[in-house]
Amino acid sequence: MDRGDAKRGRLVLAPEDLLQPGGSSRRRLLGGLLGGGAALLAGRDAAAATAGVDPAHLPPNVPPWSRSLGKPVGSDPYGQPSPYEGNVIRRLSPGLTTTKHSSVAFAPLQNLFGIITPNGLHFERDHNGRPDVNPYEHRLMIHGMVRQPKIYTMEDLLRFPAVSRIHFVECGANTAMEWGNPAVPTVQYTHGMLSCAEWTGVPLSTLLEDVGFDTKGARYILAEGADGASLTRTIPIEFALDDVLVAYGQNGEMLRPEQGYPVRLLVPGVQGISSVKWLRRLKVGDEPWNSREESLQYSDQMPDGMSRQYTWIQEAKSVITSPSGGQQLLDRGGYYEITGLAWSGRGRIRRVDVSTDGGRNWRTARLQEPILPKCLTRFRIDWNWDGGPALLQSRCIDETGFVQPKMRQLREVRGTRSVYHNNAIQTWRLNPDGTVDNVQV
Amino acid sequence: MSRFERLVLPAAALLLAGGTYAATPTRDYHLGRPAEAAEIAGWDIDVRPDGAGLPPGQGSVAQGEKVFEAHCATCHGSFGDSNEYMALTGGIGSLKTNAPVRTVGSKLNFATTLFDYINRAMPFSQSKSLTPDEVYAAAAYVLNLNDIVPAGFVADRDTLPKVKMPNRDGFFLFPGLMHVRGKPDTHNTACMHDCETAVTVTGQLPPGFVSTLYGDISAEFRGLYTMNERRPAAAASAATTTAAAEPSPHELAERNNCTVCHGIDKAIVGPAYRDVAARYRGDAGAAARLERKVREGGAGNWGSIPMPPQSGPTDAELARLIGWVLAGAPDK
Repeated sequence: MDRGDAKRGRLVLAPEDLLQPGGSSRRRLLGGLLGGGAALLAGRDAAAATAGVDPAHLPPNVPPWSRSLGKPVGSDPYGQPSPYEGNVIRRLSPGLTTTKHSSVAFAPLQNLFGIITPNGLHFERDHNGRPDVNPYEHRLMIHGMVRQPKIYTMEDLLRFPAVSRIHFVECGANTAMEWGNPAVPTVQYTHGMLSCAEWTGVPLSTLLEDVGFDTKGARYILAEGADGASLTRTIPIEFALDDVLVAYGQNGEMLRPEQGYPVRLLVPGVQGISSVKWLRRLKVGDEPWNSREESLQYSDQMPDGMSRQYTWIQEAKSVITSPSGGQQLLDRGGYYEITGLAWSGRGRIRRVDVSTDGGRNWRTARLQEPILPKCLTRFRIDWNWDGGPALLQSRCIDETGFVQPKMRQLREVRGTRSVYHNNAIQTWRLNPDGTVDNVQV
Repeated sequence: MSRFERLVLPAAALLLAGGTYAATPTRDYHLGRPAEAAEIAGWDIDVRPDGAGLPPGQGSVAQGEKVFEAHCATCHGSFGDSNEYMALTGGIGSLKTNAPVRTVGSKLNFATTLFDYINRAMPFSQSKSLTPDEVYAAAAYVLNLNDIVPAGFVADRDTLPKVKMPNRDGFFLFPGLMHVRGKPDTHNTACMHDCETAVTVTGQLPPGFVSTLYGDISAEFRGLYTMNERRPAAAASAATTTAAAEPSPHELAERNNCTVCHGIDKAIVGPAYRDVAARYRGDAGAAARLERKVREGGAGNWGSIPMPPQSGPTDAELARLIGWVLAGAPDK
């Protein structure tokens, strides 16, 4: 393929011979990789054949799927993505954890559109493996400082008046690997402990009222999971009475097992670990519990060795998802849309600015509706790349007026060992060969 | 429940408990049922720093050593110092240095939390299997390994809350991140033009890092959208794998938690499968011996930590697993 003939914005073959005109070895490689042929190419392009795209399937010819009877309706009772989307999957970060039973699988943010995370791609963090809970035998117990301790079946929970709301869930340790230096290559690993879904369930306030909680004395709720870890977290009553859900629905279906089937807590805007999965018990109390997951872990160590405890709020944060680390822009120069996600645990996103020169100058991006509180917001901005090196950044402002910090501003206050709550501006370096990598400035 | 009972019982409960309870719900949904005291007792396992929730029972350091060797040393090492999983000992005083080591001894603030966590979540693959006495004993032993309590210490509901952990005062509250309208600790501004005088790249991934650790990173992108149109090799095969197929031996190993201690080609707590295969290559009786060893537990042939007995896989599954291990744990 002659690069000189490439039309701007068209997808052209990747990536080796951008520096090696001719690229015959590359074509052999691609021919092997492409096999069945799925890539879209301009039909007149003679190189297409060697790249695994069959010219017989391209105009003016008619491909076989236009000349045959397809699969019968209902042949996939629970639908699956196209086989050609088989690489859009959650991934573990190599070397991050000792065992896969206490680990995390990251959502492929680089491949997702809009703001909703498909249920099969929602990031997964388990602390003691993923249980398969039988919903008919699952019970939710609410007790402690209440007038009438109660046990609810799933049928009970599904019969309460319900609400559906769209909220993000972000692990408190999202972007934790980047406190010292860039450590991972793509947005899946830098920011993929982040997902967003429409959650359906009972407001926790409804259930607290149903058991008659102690309105004067109650200050905290303990939430406990039914998994092997029986993971526990302290939830302040001000959150519990505001927008916390006891959620069983995720994007229209029951929760996935990875997300706590059949019922989880959903604490909007707060560290993901507070949204306790496989929820079995809520206890009303007057002191925080200092559980392992809010003392030994999930506390933020400051430069003087002291640790902040109970840092629940996920502050405003944004990241460009395209172009982002690991991608390659194959047309050198020309139109590219820069797009990404912004979110805040304190409410709505008010504005997102984008820089292509490492933060010297900024332009304000378009925010795509809906713009909801404690929810992902998709931003987009037009860009004509001049083909030179660029440093891409996004910076969000939430409805409180808080401006997402630079990495060095975070370090000045919190050092590099706090693990949690890294909401710094992310920098992607676009190199003249079109490759994009993860850097810090 | 009669109308009378509904009116009177809540009022009586309120008097007994002395709290200020929510007014009669705006609507009685008649959903859920009262939790009996015995039901609550079975699940009410949380322990607070003030000791609330600690059960009756006790355990000494000496008893704890036995519990620890039997149930904990497999992953944590006999002295709680194995780094493969969470190290339990060492690092006291290191949090203020440039090389902080976070352990029970160095970071945890209350010994009650140690009890709570062992009791609810340990041992890793058989949580909630220890008796309260065993949990007290294990906690006493771990505290003694950290030189926090003397060898004669006996942990119970009275002594455990009084233990002063080295990092007891190492935590503080930062209200800025505790409330939706909390005051933040960073103060960036929304400058739009000429905001930086010089921009320098201060950090990047080392050369070769990505390909070594992740392979072909372009395979993780959708070709159609991301300007990386090349269809990844993994695409078709990953999506067309049938879900109903019999689990592979590797999947069996994961389901039965074997991989918690054994890596394919990397020793974790126990030996790597491929090292096992290498040791027994050509040994016709190895399969039967290893099957028995899995069932009955090992003697520590690979190190100081013996393998505990495993009852998880069926006999047929175990035979497949051992066959796969002895074949060198092939990927396919």
